[in-house]
Amino acid sequence: MKRNRREFLKLAGITTASVIGATSGLTMAEASGSGEAKHKAILAKNQKALTAKRWGMVIDTTKLQTASDIEPIISACHKIHNVPEMTNKNHEIKWIWEEEFKHVFAEQEHELVNERLRHLPFLVLCNHCKNPPCVRACPTNATFQTKEGIVMMDFHRCIGCRFCMAACPYGSRSFNFQDPRPFIKETNKEFPTRMKGVVEKCNLCAERLAVGKLPFCVEASNGAIIFGDLDDPQSEIREVLNTNYTIRRKPALGTGPSIYYIV
Amino acid sequence: MLKEKRIFNKKLVIAGLIIFIGVITFPFWFNHAKVVAPPEVKLTEKAKEAKECVLPDKVKMRGNHMQLLDMWRDTVVRDGNRKYIGTNGKEYEMSLSNTCLDCHSNKADFCDKCHEYASVNPYCWDCHIDNPKETKNNETQ
Repeated sequence: MKRNRREFLKLAGITTASVIGATSGLTMAEASGSGEAKHKAILAKNQKALTAKRWGMVIDTTKLQTASDIEPIISACHKIHNVPEMTNKNHEIKWIWEEEFKHVFAEQEHELVNERLRHLPFLVLCNHCKNPPCVRACPTNATFQTKEGIVMMDFHRCIGCRFCMAACPYGSRSFNFQDPRPFIKETNKEFPTRMKGVVEKCNLCAERLAVGKLPFCVEASNGAIIFGDLDDPQSEIREVLNTNYTIRRKPALGTGPSIYYIV
Repeated sequence: MLKEKRIFNKKLVIAGLIIFIGVITFPFWFNHAKVVAPPEVKLTEKAKEAKECVLPDKVKMRGNHMQLLDMWRDTVVRDGNRKYIGTNGKEYEMSLSNTCLDCHSNKADFCDKCHEYASVNPYCWDCHIDNPKETKNNETQ
């Protein structure tokens, strides 16, 4: 049997079309089958969950005068989040830590700065910026901003490129240069650890907000940290911001930090 | 004409073919000698009591738990939804550490059995902590 080119092309076209049709029909049937099961399962928020348009914090440094006021807050956070205590200072991991005025508010520092401020230990953590540079830098979307304004990390997706660490002007991010597990003194079994090669930082206790609890540092601060919805004019935090003079870290960079300080 | 259809270097070619077939079927005849029994997973008392898992269909759970976990992770981390109401109407907290591994607290007799058999190496436990008993066992070893 001799075929000319026209006949051959026709046959090839029909065959291709029928194969595509059959496979897409099969996948459609498969998808609708499993889709039915998925449709019945419901994904929902916990009813007790605390919600906000934009979470924020006010740290009242007048109530945190000494390192011993701050230490319990740091250890509370680091304990429940399985933050390791690295022996090598270069490998240090920190979610919330203590810093001097000249480093926290570098632009405001001068040689005649108030003696109290000069020696005051400041509590610093991720600022959960409104316009977070780390999120823009992340090539895998491992770092992202939630609808509630929390700058979160999906550790599963972090490839450890550390662009976010370079982008963050506050040094809020730490990299796991080695397996952190041997350096965790007491593990909290309910929270995962991290693994070698990922970046980590404060998550504003998203896992606690989801079950209706306040962030652990807020709870451990005895009222020195005020937490709430910055977008709600009726909230306690807005009242505090309204009645006190507050400053933020490096405001000129335009990152819009959500952590405010009463100094 | 027929005379022309002969194999050149017949001996070499046939010997080569035999070797080739032998090499390519190596996994089949090598493993044929030892029959590997499918793994038998042990359920904890708690898991036995619950009778049903998150997906009520056991086979689906066995085959698709990774997709389920993947979906759970994305909804929990990205959307902040942490509650899963299954097709059986039961409510679960979407958490590998606190829901799955709470019932299946015997990693060595449950998770590892199948994973080893299927020669898969999931890195869930690099971060998610397996149950307390398990860590104690590991420490004493």
